[in-house]
Amino acid sequence: MASQRSADGRPAWRWLVRGFSIVGCIALWQLASSLHLNLGVMTFRNVPPPTEVVQSAIVLMKSPKLLAHVTSSLWRVFAGYGAGVVIGIAFGFAIGRSRAASDILLPPLELLRPIPAVAWIPLSILIFPSSELSMIFITFIGALFPIILNTVHGVVNIDRRLVASAQSLGGTPATILWEIVLPGAAPSIVTGLAIGMGTSWFCLVTAEMISGQFGIGYYTWEAYTLQNYADIIVGMLVIGLLGMGSSWLLTTLGQYLMPWRHPTVAR
Amino acid sequence: MNVRVSDIPTQTVGRIDVGQVSISLGEGAETFEAVRGLDFTVAPGELISILGPSGCGKSTLLGALAGHLHVTQGRLAVDDQPILRPSPDRGIVFQQHTLFPWKRVRDNVAFGPKMRGIAKAERRHAADEILRLVGLEGFEHFYPSQLSGGMQQRVEIARVLINQPRVLLMDEPFGALDAQTRSLMQEVLLDIWTKIPTTTVFVTHDIEEALFLADRIIVMSARPGRVIEDIRLPFARPRHSELVTESEFVRLKRHVLNLLRRPANGLPLPRLSPLGTASSQV
Repeated sequence: MASQRSADGRPAWRWLVRGFSIVGCIALWQLASSLHLNLGVMTFRNVPPPTEVVQSAIVLMKSPKLLAHVTSSLWRVFAGYGAGVVIGIAFGFAIGRSRAASDILLPPLELLRPIPAVAWIPLSILIFPSSELSMIFITFIGALFPIILNTVHGVVNIDRRLVASAQSLGGTPATILWEIVLPGAAPSIVTGLAIGMGTSWFCLVTAEMISGQFGIGYYTWEAYTLQNYADIIVGMLVIGLLGMGSSWLLTTLGQYLMPWRHPTVAR
Repeated sequence: MNVRVSDIPTQTVGRIDVGQVSISLGEGAETFEAVRGLDFTVAPGELISILGPSGCGKSTLLGALAGHLHVTQGRLAVDDQPILRPSPDRGIVFQQHTLFPWKRVRDNVAFGPKMRGIAKAERRHAADEILRLVGLEGFEHFYPSQLSGGMQQRVEIARVLINQPRVLLMDEPFGALDAQTRSLMQEVLLDIWTKIPTTTVFVTHDIEEALFLADRIIVMSARPGRVIEDIRLPFARPRHSELVTESEFVRLKRHVLNLLRRPANGLPLPRLSPLGTASSQV
């Protein structure tokens, strides 16, 4: 049995164990909620069993609401995270490459950085005329700092000898930025993008719960206020899936853009 | 009698003038003089080795020749052009790991022509040609990390020579290789140098390597580095590995060894790099 190996070299029975682990957890959940298990500090009395959750999920999937919620959340992440990527990488490059830019940009950023993005919610509601913009802003703040910091880290830690080699081969400052600094910092930037994506979703869902009208965070919170408890878990699962999907997208993009990190070609 | 490439009259570019050169490194109170009063000339097409103990400033001089460091005093020139900044005219090969990891071998080599605005097809063709010359045909599509240390250094040499530099500067280029690969690479270098005759300054602390490769050895003292002896080597070319056992080779080796013997109380100095002090490097 152990000699059977799946495509990535793990024994097949280990996958079997993993599958059973998930099935086991779901079974425990079913058991706990159908028995209304009460552990004193926590109770499963109001937790819907998986069977109900599946039914609610099917209902949501058939209703047009799902698309509306998911697209408005995706749009906010796209806008806020997108702005965070553009500004974060640009600032990161400026701070990493120029002493003047670092002196001008870094002190205010360092002051703002310890403030969690969620703490910006009340102020952003006051600043922006529409709740849509304030949610996008929160998403942007969530993405911004990890992207800036990782870009700076990547840019500053470029091997000086690589830059020197490029200079000795006729590279100008502009071409060195594009040909050497950008690809050299790319692994670190992609790490920042992945962390930023995570915090972005986290901030968006929180913002939607507070001030949204559509969106998957709003859906989850609405389910709670309307006491549709199964829908809460459906909302949580959708959030999880969206987060998973976006980090998969980033990993794939990273591998596509940095083929030298896992060279399999030409061998 | 073998004809040395440097004797061929067509070789007229690549003359290096080092005139009373001193270089200080470090900032503020940490400033120290790395080399002092270096004064010599390298003839077009000549292959010289600069030999000296660790930290003697031989790599510092190389960095200044490449244009990455500035001289504090004196004058550095190639073909009467003062050295002010890095230039593809003065190609430099570092000890290891300075190929661009994100570029395939062919695109690493084609980097220089790309910077000169040569069209893609043309520069790739030129890269493939020079890769064949250094014995790397068939590896054009590999990433540097997929090559052995010796192969990576061949790519380094190809990447510099494709620019047809006036001088080739090498900073212990084989220092990180195992002994066998190292002696193979020395023969490879001589072979390439015969086919593309280029003035070469080869920095090393390996006496045998210096003697095997060079027309001339410049021996430097400990810091601040000064020239303590300028030795012209009598060995004919082409040279083969048997040379290292010949009596004249062994005699010269013993002579240089005596020159470099550290004073009893001398501690080894930290290695310097062509980009300044080692601490500010990776």
